[in-house]
Amino acid sequence: MPDATGLELIAQRVREAVGEEAVTGTSFHREQATVQVAPERVHDVLAHLREADEPWEHLMSVHGCDYLPEEPRLAVHYQLLSMERCDRLNVKTRLGAEDPHVPTVVDLFPTADFQEREVYDMFGIVFDGHPDMRRILMPEDYSGFPQRRDFPMGGEPVLYTFNEGKYPRWYE
Amino acid sequence: MSEPPSVTDPLSVPYRERERSVTMEPLGESHEELLTINIGPHHPATHGVLRLLTTLEGEVVRDIKPIVGYVHTGIEKSCEDQQYWKVITFVERMDYLAYYYNALAFCMAVEKLLGLEVPPRAQYLRVAHLELNRIASHLFALATGALDIGAITMLWWGCRDRDLVLDLFEMSSGQRMHTRYFQVGGVMEDIPPGWEEKVRGFLELMPTRIDQYESLLDRNEIWLQRLKNTGVVSTERCLELGVTGPLLRASGHPWDLRKAMPYCSYDHFDFDVPVGTVGDNFDRYKVRLDEMRQSLRIVEQALDGLPEGPWITDDRKVALPPRHELATSMEALIHHFKLVTEGFRVPPGEAYAAIESPRGELGCFVVADGSAKPARVHMRDPSFVNLQALPDMARDSLIADFIACVAMLDPILGGVDR
Repeated sequence: MPDATGLELIAQRVREAVGEEAVTGTSFHREQATVQVAPERVHDVLAHLREADEPWEHLMSVHGCDYLPEEPRLAVHYQLLSMERCDRLNVKTRLGAEDPHVPTVVDLFPTADFQEREVYDMFGIVFDGHPDMRRILMPEDYSGFPQRRDFPMGGEPVLYTFNEGKYPRWYE
Repeated sequence: MSEPPSVTDPLSVPYRERERSVTMEPLGESHEELLTINIGPHHPATHGVLRLLTTLEGEVVRDIKPIVGYVHTGIEKSCEDQQYWKVITFVERMDYLAYYYNALAFCMAVEKLLGLEVPPRAQYLRVAHLELNRIASHLFALATGALDIGAITMLWWGCRDRDLVLDLFEMSSGQRMHTRYFQVGGVMEDIPPGWEEKVRGFLELMPTRIDQYESLLDRNEIWLQRLKNTGVVSTERCLELGVTGPLLRASGHPWDLRKAMPYCSYDHFDFDVPVGTVGDNFDRYKVRLDEMRQSLRIVEQALDGLPEGPWITDDRKVALPPRHELATSMEALIHHFKLVTEGFRVPPGEAYAAIESPRGELGCFVVADGSAKPARVHMRDPSFVNLQALPDMARDSLIADFIACVAMLDPILGGVDR
């Protein structure tokens, strides 16, 4: 992990290369460095980090998150890895729950394909420009985004042959 | 003069004639036609409930779209409703052949959030169990993979020897699978007397067994023809697709988190990272086989150097007090009560902990909001990410080769769908 000073240097270089408004903050917690970026600049920032002097050339994981009482609610985390320096960097973007959009990074990191689909499936965050933006784990006709914190757990009727007439969603 | 056989009564046609009657006309020039078929979700060669939408041109696979989600059970969502120490039970059921790894990834993330030290004995015990689990997982991958290719002896041998590992797990933790042996802060219990001896017996037996697999498979012509030069993916493409683990190492890139970013005192152990040269299915098989040998080495070192001392942290806010203290100490009783009813609280923060599972980088992302339940648990499961490499592996090869590709990719659908 880059230390707190190294993180500030990275953030500074991103600000110089991509734009002042791209980086909205940094945090260093439990030996983990996080750069927070504006949602519409995610693609530019990751493209810069991938090609920077000290590159972060691998994207290991993309995950969504819902910080419910806080605003903006939703977040997407990108776990970057440098195999050269054996180092990790977390890039995070925060966005509101109303019609959330983030540019896709599939063109930079093809590995993000399934993972962005999963984030869309679970949190409803749409990745603009993704080649195949569909649900991946939940059924295609499912409504709602189950990993959001205000989505109730359980309570969904279990469908059997004898009661499927009672739940008309499946006939529609 | 006999009458010609009636067409309406098939049985009146002599047997040989009947056979001739079903010979179809050749299709002629129309071989450019593409055919889309489903393979799975219920198919023995898909290693679980995996559906593959396959586009074929004759016998040649032109494209594959993996469709997943059939065993999605919402484990990540359920974890948000459980206390931290109960989550371990849930995450273990994700990648159901590498349960120790799931538990460790989660425990490491929580330990990071708590800033908790794990005692050295616990770390060594963890390493010993992890590597035994790696052997069991690779054995099962090899057994079922060989079955897909038609080598059924390997299935019996692999499952027989995997059972020996499960016996060891049963002895140390009481369960054969989903042992819940790892706790936040250490391991559940010290190893019982006699376990070490039993493991040493296994370590003595296993190298011979691995040699037996090798002599069974390595000079088997069918095995070689099915695996050599099939499903080749280059290192660059693997890295682009985020493929890790034996698949990446088979293509010649020696990336192993145990060496590169050591965790859980892996830097104390002496072992090698086997790599392939071509990146075909045969290299994948060989890398797994050699990894088992290296795992045996690590287990042996872990037993030799097993430090004395506690096997779980003595932080009473996180770990249960020992049973005998409950009878004499009021404080221990209160701690016990608090831990069992409410669980421990974790200060707010986020942590990502990555480990090298038998299938690649297994990362666990945990968000804590200060309560006794996690606000978010996410597993970066290697099977899920590696599955994206399947179209690249199988494109422009025969259907039979593509079955071998799935076998050597070794996806665990419980991990893919979670």
